[in-house]
Amino acid sequence: MTSAMDITRAVNPPRAVFVNFPLGHQTGKPDQPGLQRQIVRDALRAFETIDKPGTIIELPYVWDPNDRRWEETDYTAGFLQERPAKKDADKAEAERRSRYAGVSVK
Amino acid sequence: MPVEYIPRTRELYESYTPYRWVENHDTPPWTPLTKPIAKCKLALMSSGGILYRDQPRFHREDTSYLLIPKNATQADLDIWHFGYPTGDAKSDHNCVFPLARLRELEAEGVVGELSDPAFSFMGGIYSSRRVRDELAPRIADELKKAHVDAFYLVPA
Repeated sequence: MTSAMDITRAVNPPRAVFVNFPLGHQTGKPDQPGLQRQIVRDALRAFETIDKPGTIIELPYVWDPNDRRWEETDYTAGFLQERPAKKDADKAEAERRSRYAGVSVK
Repeated sequence: MPVEYIPRTRELYESYTPYRWVENHDTPPWTPLTKPIAKCKLALMSSGGILYRDQPRFHREDTSYLLIPKNATQADLDIWHFGYPTGDAKSDHNCVFPLARLRELEAEGVVGELSDPAFSFMGGIYSSRRVRDELAPRIADELKKAHVDAFYLVPA
């Protein structure tokens, strides 16, 4: 799939499916399994329907028909939260990994 | 109109030398699908920085990849990526890593088989040469070893 149409056109992969959602939501919105499932089904279908190399199919999903403001701010200055200081990031990382201490690998 | 990320990247990083995006003008390599997707073995791959349990987080310019067990649940997964807002994806990984959705579709016969494991890497790698020469061939070998018919790469 692709979340950036212009970048993907330049790369020119064999096949791609594009969903016009903000970055971080390529296969749907949180806790909306119905929408996620539809997007994934459409992407799987594209494996069968794309017959010309370099094709990019744009799926018809709209993030929010009443609010397109995300398109003005996605990937612009300030759209990412401030990165934590290394010390804090390292501490959070240690805490995250310790949550699984003693959990057997499946 | 789809957002244009190339000019936005240029603006975000305007104090740096402009990034030289990969441009491929030749016809891309092409392998036709020879059977319906319902009969295919499919591998899921993410460039969104998915982590399984205590796997260490990625770092910038990281060309490593991780193996994510097919049956991983929301509680097993986390995300490390500096290039996109990860809040929604952390609360429901299926936003960028639709593993649960693919398990369901496999059970329903929409896809023949979901390959185990899935693959995760962190796509914020400046050097496209390193992706091409280091990351991509190793993942291609994994896919061949697993005898997958197709792989489904989901970006973030």
